[in-house]
Amino acid sequence: MSQFDEAVTRLAREEGGHVLALLAHRFGDLDLADEAVQDALLAAASWEAVPANPAGWLYTVAHNRAVDRLRRAAAERRRLQAASYLITLPEEEEPEMIIERSDVGDEHLRLVLLCCHPALDRDAQVALTLRLVGGLTTPEIAAAYLVPEATLAQRIVRAKRKIRDAGIPLSIPSSLSERVEAVLTVLYLIYNEGYLSRSSAGARVDLVDESIRLTSALASQLPSNAEVLGLLALELYGRARTSSRFVGDQLVLLEAQDRTTWDFAGIVEANQVLASALALEVPGAFQLQAWIASQHANARTAADTDWPAIASAYAQLLELAPSPVVALNRAVAVAMADGAPAGLALLDCVTGLDDYHLYWAARGELLAKAGDPDAAAAALRRARALAANPAEQRHLDRRIAAVSS
Amino acid sequence: MEYMLFLGETETRAVMMPGDPGFDEYMASWTAYNQKLIDGGHWIGGGRLQPTETATTIRRVAGKDTVVDGPFAETKEQLGGYYVISAADLDEALALAAGMPFTDAAIEVRPIAFRPDAG
Repeated sequence: MSQFDEAVTRLAREEGGHVLALLAHRFGDLDLADEAVQDALLAAASWEAVPANPAGWLYTVAHNRAVDRLRRAAAERRRLQAASYLITLPEEEEPEMIIERSDVGDEHLRLVLLCCHPALDRDAQVALTLRLVGGLTTPEIAAAYLVPEATLAQRIVRAKRKIRDAGIPLSIPSSLSERVEAVLTVLYLIYNEGYLSRSSAGARVDLVDESIRLTSALASQLPSNAEVLGLLALELYGRARTSSRFVGDQLVLLEAQDRTTWDFAGIVEANQVLASALALEVPGAFQLQAWIASQHANARTAADTDWPAIASAYAQLLELAPSPVVALNRAVAVAMADGAPAGLALLDCVTGLDDYHLYWAARGELLAKAGDPDAAAAALRRARALAANPAEQRHLDRRIAAVSS
Repeated sequence: MEYMLFLGETETRAVMMPGDPGFDEYMASWTAYNQKLIDGGHWIGGGRLQPTETATTIRRVAGKDTVVDGPFAETKEQLGGYYVISAADLDEALALAAGMPFTDAAIEVRPIAFRPDAG
C-alpha cells in the first residue's frame, strides 16, 4: 500500500481513459493500450512523490511500456521465425510530456463509442465503459454491481476479444447520433444503478459520481448535442437530491423529503446545463426527463410542485419514447394534478408491468388516496413481494401497516 | 478483414418466381447490390442456397461418419445464402450487410479467422 493510493486512484479515474484512448489510437491496439496503462498505474504504486504533472507522467510511462511490450513481442516472433528477416517496429519517438484536453478530443470519443458499440452486449458495454473510459478497476466494478470479480473479468476479456477478432473499429461513425444514443443509454444505466444502490454506498464506488463524470466528459466532446446535456442535467438533479432520499436506512419519498438538505449549488448547476440543452432546440427524451426533474428540484415545497405541467411533460415523453414505465409515471402525475381516480383510470390502461414493484406501489398509494384501504393494502403487499431493495422493502412494510390500520 | 454474411430466412416465406409481378425489380435490386460489392472491391464470393430439404449432413462421432438427411440445425430460420466479403472493419461489414434489399431477414456477420486461398 502506498501513501499515494488516493492520488493514483484519482489519476486512474481522471486520466486513465484519456491516456488509453491516445495510446489505442497511436498503436491501433486496444489491448496493448490497456495493458500499458495498467502497467503504468502499477508503477505509480512505487512513487516517492506525486509528479508535478501526473497526467503527463502517466502518458509517458504507459507509452514506454507499450513500446517495451511491442519490442518483446517482436523479439519473441524473431526467435520463432529464426530471424530470417527483421520486423520493423514503429519509429521510436520521445512522447510529448504535456497532454492537453484538446489533444484527446477525438481519441476519447472514439474510445467511448467503441466501448458502447452495438455489437457488444449491454453488460459488456457497461463494464468496458467503466473500466476503459472511467479508469475503474475490475474489483471496483465487480463490487459496484455485486457480481463476482471473476465473472466481471471474464466479461471484459470476452468483450476485448470480440473487439479484436470481429474488427470493431476505433472510429467515429457516419451515423454518430445513433451511436451517441447508445452511449447515453449506457451512461444512464450506470447512473441508475448508482442511484438505486446509494443507500448501501460505503465501500462501493459511487456510480452516480462516475456516470456524471463520464457524461460531463462526453458533453465537453459534443457541446452541441442537446441530449448529452439533457442526461447530464438529469443526473445532476438526481445527485442534488440524494442526501434527502434516506434518513438512516429508511427510504423517504419525494413529497416527504426535507428540501432544506438538497444541494442547491448542484440544482443551480443542473438548471444551467438544462438551459443550455433547451437553448439548442433539439428536443429529446433525456431533456424532457431533466425538465421534469427540474420542476421537482426547483419547487420550494412539495405543495408548490406544478403537477399539471409535469403531467403534460410525461404525455410528451410518452409520445417521444413510449414505455409502460413512462405511462405509469404519467398516471401518477395526473393523479397528483387531477385526483386519484383520474390517475387510477390511466393506470388501468398500463400493461406489461405486472412484475414491476413500483407499479403495485403506485397503485396501492392511489387506491389509499381514493379511499379503498383493502385494495390498497393488497396492491402494496404485491409490491412488497416484488421489491428487491431492502430500503424499499422496509418502506413498503411501513406503508402496508399504515393503510391497514 | 474478411467477413462471412449468413442470410437467415424463414423458408415458409413465398419465393418469388420469374413472371411474378415485381420479380424483375426484385432481381434488379439484388444485381445492383452485387455490382456494388464488386465495384467497391468487397466481393470475394457468395451464392444462394437450395432449400434445406436438399441438405445432407455428415455427422462424425469418434471418427465414424453417419450421413443424414437435413441441415445440422432444425430452426425456424435457415441459412438461405451467403456472401464472403472484404471490409475494413465490422462497421463497414455491417453497413454492407444492411444494404441487402431484403424486407425480412436476419443477417449474421462473422469475421473469417482464416481462408487458405486468401491472396
